[in-house]
This record gives sequence, structure tokens and C-alpha cells, in this order.
Amino acid sequence: MAVKLMIPTPLRQFAGKQASIECKPGTVGEALGTLTSSYAELRKHLYTDDGKIRSFVNVYLNDEDIRFLDKENTRTKDGDTISIVPSIAGGSRK
Amino acid sequence: MAIRTDALPKQEVKLSKEEILRYSRHLIMPEVALEGQLKLRQAKVLMIGTGGLGAPLGLYLAAAGVGHLGLVDFDVVDFTNLQRQVTFSTSDVGHPKTEAAKARLSALNPAIKIEAFETRLTSENALELFRDFDLIVDGTDNFPTRYLVNDACILLGKPNVYGSIFRFEGQATVFGYPGGPCYRCLYPEPPPPGLVPSCAEGGVLGVLPGIVGAIQAMETIKLILGAGEPLVGRLLLFDALGMRFRELKLRKNPACPVCGEHPTVTKLIDYEEFCGIRGEEAPAVTNGIPEITAREVKARLDRGDDLFILDVREPHEYQICNLKGKLIPLGELPRRVHELDSSREMVVHCRSGKRSADAIQFLQTAGFKKLWNLKGGVLAWADEVDPSMPKY
Repeated sequence: MAVKLMIPTPLRQFAGKQASIECKPGTVGEALGTLTSSYAELRKHLYTDDGKIRSFVNVYLNDEDIRFLDKENTRTKDGDTISIVPSIAGGSRK
Repeated sequence: MAIRTDALPKQEVKLSKEEILRYSRHLIMPEVALEGQLKLRQAKVLMIGTGGLGAPLGLYLAAAGVGHLGLVDFDVVDFTNLQRQVTFSTSDVGHPKTEAAKARLSALNPAIKIEAFETRLTSENALELFRDFDLIVDGTDNFPTRYLVNDACILLGKPNVYGSIFRFEGQATVFGYPGGPCYRCLYPEPPPPGLVPSCAEGGVLGVLPGIVGAIQAMETIKLILGAGEPLVGRLLLFDALGMRFRELKLRKNPACPVCGEHPTVTKLIDYEEFCGIRGEEAPAVTNGIPEITAREVKARLDRGDDLFILDVREPHEYQICNLKGKLIPLGELPRRVHELDSSREMVVHCRSGKRSADAIQFLQTAGFKKLWNLKGGVLAWADEVDPSMPKY
């Protein structure tokens, strides 16, 4: 089942500059696993040392926050979009 | 409706003949009309930051006739601002932003009251500053102030019109609306320093804050009018490169430390500490990363010392100016580390010294020992060694 995983601008530098990848996971966690196994540096930005998704990074399945679904065990289906949405603070450079 | 303009005095409030002419394109719309225009005139909006987001925001709110605008900023206009902060003119460089913005907005609409607060927003002054205003618009550029604005808005029960940008990407929403989520519901904790690049490192396309700031202006005006559907419980994502808007659901977190059922944050805290950046201003030898000044590097190169220069910026930055070092962008370092010779003494640099510190930390774990971080990066080189080198 093909799922599109969107990579946000600040993290693209750690993911070979790609804006998205396609994968065929069973769950959101597996999709993130596919991405971070290809890009070790990205893993550090998405997960804490003990393997939890960092709290300034939110993950959405379509338009729903996975924290309010089944977290990383949330099932995916064909045509779903997973978005990684980190906090950004920019307004103007100081 | 959260904002106080509902409490319009019942006695006859009228627009002058000049106001009717000025706002005629509002007045002929049933969604605004005379009543809406009077709400705008009664409204008090506090803008945090008068930079990239604040520029379109201030201009549109002033033009729309928002009767009382507060501007909070401690910064001074510099040349690098002019690419996107369109309230400012070249002649404003060197002047306080609040002063320059006030002059520009007053020229646009002399009938409104504009209050300039040339100060850094802090836990000590935030509640007092916010108290007199109906709603707050957050256009700052850093995490501590984002959390400070959020918490102060929640404590005072004021809506917070949020906008944020990075390179080609923007986010906007309304926090602190009755029943709606707050910033901490979305992001309970800030990223550790250094993990997410700032605009100063990452850059931003000048038009982007124009678009996101204009969305904030629109939401502000809608909240004042009580018109339409406010951007509450929805996070609007804007991707300028793909020219796409997307919307994600935002939910109120019942366990939120500020706006949840049992709040644990009941007063403003130390937000620098919360964001883990206490003492970042005086790095010296931070975390065992040895530093070298631009002057020392120059002197040693002139002496003929064998110093290998590693530049960890991006190729487009290298084009602007460089020290003729080997270019390996920070993000590529892990897989290109074999290109480096650990037996040679190495000076690592970036623009200002932050990315190179990260690079050194990585190189240390990879077994490199003879490492120096160029203190202040190419900016310091331009200041101390080569004034002809462009700064960016």
C-alpha cells in the first residue's frame, strides 16, 4: 500500500534534500522507520535517545495528529499522506 | 467572541466624513459595514515583533482602521531586514524598528493611535503589556518568546494570532480562543537549541513572511469583526515552493500544562531556561569545543602553519564569500567524513560559528582531535581580518 511521507523543509537537509518519499508501510511507525533507516542523521532529529518521537515534532496521518489516533501504531492505507510537522519559530531574523 | 469590542458603548458612535470616505470599500460590504468599521476603530491589537511578519500585518491593520496598535520590538533596522520587512526604508537603517514602523504606519493612517514599546518582551513585562489589548499577534522569531506569548495570552484569556516561517514554509493558526487549543497543545516542548535551524541560518524568501503576515492580518480582522470562521483548531501549512496550502486538525490537549484541566503553569516562567538556551550568549569554550579567533587563524596561515580549513556551510553560501576551505555542508558530513584527514590540524567554520560547533562535536565522536572552531565564523573574519568580504 503506497503511502506518501512528507518531509518538512528544516529536515530535508538530513533526508537527501527530498520533499517526500513513497513507501508501503503497515503503520505510521513503520513509515518513519523506513525513512530514518535510510537517513541516520534524520533519526536523531525525529527521535529521542530512548526512541520516542521528539515533542517538538508532530506527525499527522492525513489531517489528524497521531497522538490522538493510535500514535505510531496507527494503521495506514493506500493513498494516505503522513506529514512530519516540526515547530518553526521564524518571524524575522535577529 | 473573545474580544472586548463587543462591549461597544451603546451611545451613538459615528464615523467622520473623512473616515467614511477612507473606509468606503469596507462600509459597502455587509460583512463589515458601519458596525464592523466601528469595531475595528475600537479594537486594540498588540503586535509582538515588527519584522517580516509584522510588516504586512502592521500595514494592513493600520490601513483597515484598527484604532489602537501596539508595537513591541527592541531591535534596530539593519540592511539585511530590507529584503522582506517592507515597512522599512533604506533610510531607516540604524533606527529602532518600533520608531520606524510607527512613523510609517502613522503616515498611512494618521487617525489611529500607535504605541511603540521599544523593549524586549520578558516574563516581567508581558502581562502588563498585554493587559490593555484585546488580542495579540505573534510575529517573533524565536522559541522562548513564542512560549512566553502563548502562556501570557492563556493566563489573560486573550487570543493569539500565530504565524511562523522557515525558508519556503509557513504555519498559521489562532491560539487561545475560547475552547480552542494553545501553542503548548501543539508543541508541548521546544526543540533543544541547535537542532532546528533559525531563519538566520536557514534563510527565508522575502515574500513568504508577506503572505503569512497577511494571513495573520486577515484572521485578526475577522476576530475583531466576529466574521467568518476563525482559524481555530486548524493549523494552516503553506508551502511556497509547491504553492500549496494544507490544513491539519489541532486539538486542545486536556493535559496541557497551561490551558488544560489541571494547569501546572499558572504564572510566567523563565522561557530562556525552558528552551535550554541559558548562557548561550557567552559560549567561549562550549562543551569542550576549542575556539580560535579569525585573527589567530590569519596570523598562523601567514606564518605558513599547515591548517586545513573546513567550511560546513551550504554551496550557495560558499558562493557569497569563502576562505578557500574545503566545502562539506554539515548535513553531508557524516557520509563524507572519510574525505578528511584526521592527522592534520583543522579549522572548521560556518557563517557565525554554530553549525561548525555541531560539526566539531560530530568530528570529535569520529575520532578527530586537532580541531578548532572559528569563533564567529566568516562574519568574524569579515570584521577582524578582511573588511572587503561581504557579510550576509
